[in-house]
Amino acid sequence: MATQSFSWSKIESDPRFQALHRKKTVFLWSLMAFSVIYYFALPVGAAYFTELFTVKLWGAINFGLLFALSEFLVAWGIAYVYAKKASEFDAMADVIVKDARNIGT
Amino acid sequence: MNRSKIFTITGLAFLLGLAPDAAFAQVVAPQFRYLTFGVFAAIIAITMYVTYVAAKRVKTSADFYAAGGGVTGIQNGWAIAGDYLSAASFLGIAGLISLFGYDGFMYSVGWLVAYITVLLVIAEPCRNIGKYTLGDILAFRNNPKTVKTVMALSTITVSTFYLIAQMVGGGVLVKSLIGIDYEYSVIAVGILMLAYVVFGGMVATTWVQIIKAVLLVAASLVMVFVVWFQYGFGGPEYFAKVIGDPKIQARVAMLVGDAAKNMTPQQLGQRFLEPALLLKNPIDQISLGMALVLGTAGMPHILMRFFTVPTAQSARTSVIWAMAIIGGFYVLTLFLGTGAAMLVGPNNIIAADRGGNMAAPLLAQFLGGGPGSILGNLMLSFVAAVAFATIVAVVAGLVLASASAMSHDIWVGVIKGEHATDEEERRAARICSLLVGALAITIGILAQGQNVAHLVALAFAVAASANFPVVLLTLYWKRCNTGGVVAGLVLGTLSAIGLVLVSPNMTYPLQVKVAQQKIIDASTPKIAKLNVDLSTTTEPAALEKLKKEIAATEKAKKGAEDAIAKLGSDTTSIVGLEQPLINLRNPGLISIPLGFFAVFLFSLLYRDRRAEEIWDELYVRSNTGIGRAAAVTH
Repeated sequence: MATQSFSWSKIESDPRFQALHRKKTVFLWSLMAFSVIYYFALPVGAAYFTELFTVKLWGAINFGLLFALSEFLVAWGIAYVYAKKASEFDAMADVIVKDARNIGT
Repeated sequence: MNRSKIFTITGLAFLLGLAPDAAFAQVVAPQFRYLTFGVFAAIIAITMYVTYVAAKRVKTSADFYAAGGGVTGIQNGWAIAGDYLSAASFLGIAGLISLFGYDGFMYSVGWLVAYITVLLVIAEPCRNIGKYTLGDILAFRNNPKTVKTVMALSTITVSTFYLIAQMVGGGVLVKSLIGIDYEYSVIAVGILMLAYVVFGGMVATTWVQIIKAVLLVAASLVMVFVVWFQYGFGGPEYFAKVIGDPKIQARVAMLVGDAAKNMTPQQLGQRFLEPALLLKNPIDQISLGMALVLGTAGMPHILMRFFTVPTAQSARTSVIWAMAIIGGFYVLTLFLGTGAAMLVGPNNIIAADRGGNMAAPLLAQFLGGGPGSILGNLMLSFVAAVAFATIVAVVAGLVLASASAMSHDIWVGVIKGEHATDEEERRAARICSLLVGALAITIGILAQGQNVAHLVALAFAVAASANFPVVLLTLYWKRCNTGGVVAGLVLGTLSAIGLVLVSPNMTYPLQVKVAQQKIIDASTPKIAKLNVDLSTTTEPAALEKLKKEIAATEKAKKGAEDAIAKLGSDTTSIVGLEQPLINLRNPGLISIPLGFFAVFLFSLLYRDRRAEEIWDELYVRSNTGIGRAAAVTH
């Protein structure tokens, strides 16, 4: 499976790749952690903070209903933020791809 | 092979499935039968034409498995939505909302959040590293034959659980929607799906999924528009109508029991928009949530969709589109569910199907003018046909995923040692599709009347506990190796299945007998008392009422006696337990950490220098896309 035409370890240790790796790792996993915490706040809140969930905020619409709807908005928001940020990663990766054959040969 | 002839035969076989002697259920009156036929025939004709065109385009195995990598991001986004939104979400969640309000809606959230995991950590690396199957991704760093075999088995396990649930659900649904026999319904779903997969491969499957997703979203949008239009498109105004609805208030009063005595009608209605009418065990909820959020990213039929697009960027675009469509659809279900509760009424929905699955179709019928109107039945037929297309499209994706694992991973990868011509591989893939399809039809018929609802949750639990840890750690952890992958897949799968076998999902004869005996014990004195009343009453209306009540009580007693008799002398569940060992219906909370732990532990114990050496290559490729396996052949 391995293709021998590139020096993978040299690309991996190239400072530009390392910068991409660091930026991506921090960004992706913090976004992931946020989304998981926000999601589980819904079942946990509905079960253990029932008082808060039943507070009426807008006519018959209560906090719980708005919070459930906010889950959708937050999910779409994460997708939007990621798409914006990913084009930065794409640009960084592009530079490495164009230079791949020169690195370490 | 003469393709057009085969299509004619397939079409005829399907129409024969709708033979005139079939007894139509109460949902569609016989005089409107032609509408159902017309709409179903139109949708089947469109998908058959698509398959016919697609079949001409499937020239290589890359076309068959991955549509030649020629699908665009937007198309793939719609196809993912079509692959993912099963009848359970369309009919099931709308039904749950119509019967239980808030909890039904809360239940739907996890199905969308799942795609954040797919978007952030899985989709793009999968596109950059994989070719046709999950086995390809694992084989990159590990012993190819070993991991491909185990991964293929896991793929087939997950897909089969999901497949059984879809086939049985589909059979029941088609039976109650258009009234043909259960066996014919299952065979019709099976044959149609096989026609798409065998002739058109991934090309046809993709387009059938796109068509289905567009129809599903269009049908839901029209219904929500009409429902909301009646209430002036207001937010608080709409929900004020919901809580003020006497049918909903009566439903809540029934659900909360004695507590209802101290509540005003307005409070009862408001309770419909508050948690815990359905979901009473938060730990189980969290466990299910974990399985959904991590399991979707381990579902072979979903991940396979990322091999159909040319680049990581288009994989990203497809998840974002899928999230917009899937999320938008679930927001619509809130209005479908509450609308059905107000307009059709929870009692009428339960009368058509105890699980609430008929809420959306009945709402369509009502919006069009009711059971006696042409437009009402036309709309019902349309929703029924969309539900049918939904099942067929999901089943096609599942069969394609299993068949690819069998033909690409096991037959070509392991048995032939990667030495098969493209023509041989295509033939193998088609034969495997037929085998999986025949298996699906057989199991579907055999499983008639079984409660298969928990199999979908089990499929997600296995995907989250076995597939997700090994794919994630292969892509992100340098030390991950063959030993860890095999241990993770085996332990993750077995623990998820094992935990379900000792969970409250199984039937425990002693518990059932105690519960049924209570019904019998209560009904015996009740019947005696009613008979005394009967002998002292003279008024005809009261007599009639008493007689009816006696008949109903006797029927309930008979049902309980039958249930006990059916269990015979059994005292234990199928694994020999008198009562469940754990109080969790969803195993994810325990089995997902176990799966991850197994990969970590056995990777460290096994140690494989080669897997670590190839890490640099895998990591660079997954982040840059250099040397991506080009599925593009055109």
